[in-house]
Amino acid sequence: MTDTSINTKGYEGEAQFGDYFALLKPRVMTLVVFTAFVGLLAAPVPMHPFLAFCAVLFIAVGGGASGALNMWWDADIDAVMRRTQKRPIPSGKVTPDEALAIGLALSGFSVVLLGLAANWFAAGLLAFTIFFYVVIYTMWLKRWTPQNIVIGGAAGAFPPMIGWAAATGTVSVESVLMFCLTFMWTPPHFWALALFMRNDYDEAKVPMLTVTHGRRATRVHILVYTLLLAVLAIAAGFTSIGGPVYLAIAVVLNLLFIKGAIAIWRRDEEDSETDNFAVERKFFKLSLIYLFAHFGAILVEAGLAQFGMGGWS
Amino acid sequence: MIGKQHELHKRRFGRNMGVGLVLGAMIAIIFGMTIVKVNRGDFAMKPAEVQQ
Repeated sequence: MTDTSINTKGYEGEAQFGDYFALLKPRVMTLVVFTAFVGLLAAPVPMHPFLAFCAVLFIAVGGGASGALNMWWDADIDAVMRRTQKRPIPSGKVTPDEALAIGLALSGFSVVLLGLAANWFAAGLLAFTIFFYVVIYTMWLKRWTPQNIVIGGAAGAFPPMIGWAAATGTVSVESVLMFCLTFMWTPPHFWALALFMRNDYDEAKVPMLTVTHGRRATRVHILVYTLLLAVLAIAAGFTSIGGPVYLAIAVVLNLLFIKGAIAIWRRDEEDSETDNFAVERKFFKLSLIYLFAHFGAILVEAGLAQFGMGGWS
Repeated sequence: MIGKQHELHKRRFGRNMGVGLVLGAMIAIIFGMTIVKVNRGDFAMKPAEVQQ
């Protein structure tokens, strides 16, 4: 092999730093960072600011590592789905082996350093979250059951619980409530996406509810889960993580969310295709605001508590 | 000293710079964590250990 052949090989699609960073699913990471941060700040035990920063960073890196392992395992279906075709592995920029190595290395790195920065209970929760997302969800449930999103949603719901555990070293009712909020939010959020990314999951043969039970059943499921979520989200307002600010935001957002879910439920495929799934897309966007606003409100209540104003006391 | 920049170095500059910054940040973070923990007395010896 000549010097020239070494240098020209793979030049066109060679991975840059950003491609490796994309393996960590930065957009999902923003949700992880924010909810973990809220969980940590809402906890009644104060943490040194630098160690708190490190704890949130390591939780984010752990979340990113599980994203890389997910992309390694799902490279075959990512190549089929329009939404994921440009990811680093299907686009040919990063090899599956590289993604596996990065995922495993960052998993170990994040768990050990979270243990050192905070405590080993939080580190254990992070390790379990990575295991749950990669093995239970990605390798097992995703291609096996239409309830994949429901059970798999637990993986995305753990970060506030880990943040709380990093500060307190334990699990409590409040951290479980924050977990439940994200857990119940995930199904309507993803099923709305599945409705307007119509053929993606069919072609990839992923048993999404839209594929196995039909689109009508998916619309019913979105409404049922939205109603259950509303009960939970508003009830959380009367606990120690809630307060007047949280309750006001929760009532408004849940009314809007229920209104959106009813609109989705009342439509049929013909209506949706006429306006290119405008209602479903709007509901999906609202779901993002919904979660950030709820956790933002918990953060505000925790902030006000520092001045003796937060919560119901 | 290498007088001529190889094409490989130019091509991988962004990637190498990124890895370098990540490693630098990792060192700074671990150093910072050590300083915080030492100042907080996490590694202080117990009286029994001092007597031994």
